[in-house]
Amino acid sequence: MKAILIHGGHLVDPANDVDDARDLLLVDGRIAAVDAPGRLNTLAKKQNARRIDANGLIVAPGLIDMHVHLREPGQGYKETIASGTRAAAAGGFTAVCAMPNTSPVNDSAEWTRWMQAPEREARVRVFPIAAATRGSMGEALTDYVELKAAGAVAVSDDGKPILRDDIMFEALTAAARAGLPVIQHAEDTRITQGASMNAGAAAFRLGLRGMSAEAESEIVERDIELLSKMADRRAHLHVAHLSTAKALEAVRRAKQKGLHVTCEVAPHHFALTEEAIADYDTHAKMNPPLRAGSDRAALIAGLLDGTVDAIATDHAPHAIHEKEQEFERAPNGIIGLETALGLALQVLHFQHGMALPRVIALLSSQPARLLALEHRGSLAVGCPADVVLFGANEDWRVEAEQSKSRSRNTPFDGWVLPGRVHITLCGGEIVYDAGLTS
Amino acid sequence: MPVGGFHPGSALSVTHLSLDEIGHILEQASRLESMAPLPRARLYAKRRVSLLFYESSTRTRTSFELAAKSLGADTVLVSALSSSIEKGESLKDTGLTLRALGAECIILRHPNSGAPFLLARTTGVPVLNAGDGIHEHPSQALLDLRTILTRLKKSSRNLAETTLRGVTVTIVGDILHSRVARSNALLLPRLGAKVIFCGPEALLPAEAADIGPGVTVERNFERVLEQSDVVMMLRIQKERLAGLHLDLEEYMQQYQLHSERLKKFAPRALVLHPGPMIRGLEITSEVADGANSAVTEQVRNGTAVRMGLLARALDACNPSGKKSGRKR
Repeated sequence: MKAILIHGGHLVDPANDVDDARDLLLVDGRIAAVDAPGRLNTLAKKQNARRIDANGLIVAPGLIDMHVHLREPGQGYKETIASGTRAAAAGGFTAVCAMPNTSPVNDSAEWTRWMQAPEREARVRVFPIAAATRGSMGEALTDYVELKAAGAVAVSDDGKPILRDDIMFEALTAAARAGLPVIQHAEDTRITQGASMNAGAAAFRLGLRGMSAEAESEIVERDIELLSKMADRRAHLHVAHLSTAKALEAVRRAKQKGLHVTCEVAPHHFALTEEAIADYDTHAKMNPPLRAGSDRAALIAGLLDGTVDAIATDHAPHAIHEKEQEFERAPNGIIGLETALGLALQVLHFQHGMALPRVIALLSSQPARLLALEHRGSLAVGCPADVVLFGANEDWRVEAEQSKSRSRNTPFDGWVLPGRVHITLCGGEIVYDAGLTS
Repeated sequence: MPVGGFHPGSALSVTHLSLDEIGHILEQASRLESMAPLPRARLYAKRRVSLLFYESSTRTRTSFELAAKSLGADTVLVSALSSSIEKGESLKDTGLTLRALGAECIILRHPNSGAPFLLARTTGVPVLNAGDGIHEHPSQALLDLRTILTRLKKSSRNLAETTLRGVTVTIVGDILHSRVARSNALLLPRLGAKVIFCGPEALLPAEAADIGPGVTVERNFERVLEQSDVVMMLRIQKERLAGLHLDLEEYMQQYQLHSERLKKFAPRALVLHPGPMIRGLEITSEVADGANSAVTEQVRNGTAVRMGLLARALDACNPSGKKSGRKR
C-alpha cells in the first residue's frame, strides 16, 4: 500500500463545496480520507504514509484542460504526448483532452486507443477528443459509439468548423445518442480566408486581413438554432475557445432558453487583446484571434457571471522556425498549459475578484462535468488522487526556455504571475515537483 | 519612438521616425541632391547595400538603387524569382545570408505586411521598408512630404506639428489595399495636415478613420475636392477587384480625376500619384500631365529622399575605419 498525507494546506474542492483547512490522505492512487488538520495523523501513521507539508499552500483537485493539441500522432517535432503532458503536470493539470487535428486525424478507434497507450508515456491522464467527421473534412460522420467505447470523451473537428447545416445536425443527433458533446470550432471559414487577426481598426492599421466577430458568432447562432430544433434533449453543443462578445451573448441567450449549450474561454483571450500583436509578434497570432478590449471585457464578465463554463488553454505548440515567419504565414496558436493557472489567478481572482473556488472550478470540476469525466475534478473519498498544490500568492516568472513543452511559443515569456505550482499528483503519483516543499 | 529590438538605422514605419529625424533625412536629401556626382560617390564608397525584392517594382527599386549608387555604395539585387527564395529559403535565412555577404543595409519589398519587422529583428541589420504588403511605404510618404513642402513653398527645416497646419490632403481610391495611403495618413497629420480618405465602401472601410488622429473618411469626391489643397490619386488595383463589389464604370464616374472636375472644384490643388498610374481610369492624361500635377517631381524626390534614408542607415552602422558621410 502506498500512502501520502498532504497536511497543513488549505483545501479548495469546489465539487464538494470545501474551502477550508483540511488534510488529505491518499492511498493507492485514490483519495482515502479528508479531515480537519491533524485528524488524519494516526491513520496516516498506520498506513506509513509519506508526509507532504502543504502549509501556506492551496490544495486543489488536479486541473483539467479540455482543449489541448498534443501533436501526436504525426508532429512530434512540435510536441509529443509525453512532452505535452509533462508541461501539463508542471502547470498543475492532471488530465488533458487531446484534439484530433493530428496527422493523421484521429477519426478512428485505433488512433483513439493509440493515444492512450502506455507507450506514449503520458505523465497525466489523456482523454482523446475524436474527429466528428472523417478526416475532419466535414462531410461524413465518424462512428461515435465506437469512438466513445475506445475512450473518446467528445467529438470535434477543431481547427475547422463543421460548416454544413445538415452535417452539423447529424453530428448533434448522433452524438446525443452516443452520449457525447459536439465541440464546435466556430468560424465561418468562407469569410475568414487569408485573415490573420481580429477585424477592425488595428487590422487596418497593420495591413492585415481581419476575421470579424460575426465569423464566430454566426456559426454559434446557427448551431444553437440547429440544437433548438432537436427533440433529443441529450444533445449537447459545446463552443470551443469562445472569443467574442457577440458569440458569448448568443450562448447566454441559449442558456436562458434552457438549451444545453456550454462554452470555454482560453486564458489568452481574457488576458490579452489584439494590441499584443504590436510589431507583428507571431506569438500573439492564434485562431480565434486576440480580440478587441470590449470582447475581452465581455469574456471576463461572462466568466464572472457563469455564462462561461470552463477555462481551456487551446495549448498549441509550434516549432521556432514556424513562428519565426512573416505574420501572415506563421501558424496559429500558443502553448498554454504552464501559464493557465497563473493567468486565471492574476486576471480573474486578483484583478476581478473572482472567488478562488470558482477559479478552481472553471479549471477542474467544470470541465469534468461538461465531458462527464467521472470522479475527476473532485477530491471526494474514492476519487482518483489527482491533486495540485500551489501558492496562490506566490509569484513566479514565466520562462519560455524552461517550458516542459517541446515548443516555446508563448506571448507570456517574462511575465510574473501568481499561483506557483509546487506539486502535482496524478493517481497518487508525484508527476511534477518544483522542489519547493519539504 | 518605439524601435524595440530594431537597428536604429532602420526605417520600418513612419511612426518610428521622430519629426527631428524626418527633418534631418530631408535636409540630407537636399544636401546630397545638390552635391556634384563624384564627391558624392565618395561619401559611402564601397559600402554594401542589398535590395531584396519579393515583388515587382519599377520606381521604388530603381530609385533606391540609384540613390545607393549615387552615394558610392555597392548594390546587390536579390529578387524572389532567380534566387534561393524560390527553393523555399526563409526570409530570416535570406537576410542572414545577405548579412554574411557584408550587407550593411537591406532594402526590402515584400508582399506580407510586417515582413521588414521580421527581417530587422532576425538580422539586426538596418532595414529600409520599401513597401510591405498593404501596410506601409515610408520612403513614399517622405517623398510625398518633400513634394508637398516644395510645392506649397514651406521649409523642411524645423519640422513641427504646425508645419502643415491648414493643409488638407485628400487620398482617393483603393485605400484598403494601399500602403502609400497608410504611411501618408500616419505621417502628414503629425505635421498638422488634415487627411481625408475618399473612396467607395468596398475600397475604404469606415474603420480606416481610426488609423490615427487627423484622419477622416468621406465618400463624396467632389465635396472633398473643394476643400483639398493636395489630392493624391491611387491606382485601382484591378487584380484586387475580384470578389469586391465594384463597378468600374461607376467608380470612374464618381472618383476619376479629370480636368473638368479639377477645374470646377479644386483649380489650385496639387495633384499627386505614387504610380503606377492607369491613365483613363483613376486619372486622365490631361490631369496627369497638367500644371497641377507633380507626378514626375515625386519620382525625382524619391531618389533624393532615399539617399537621405540610406545615409542615415549607413551612418548608424558606421563601421570602424570607414568614413562617415554625415556632417555634424
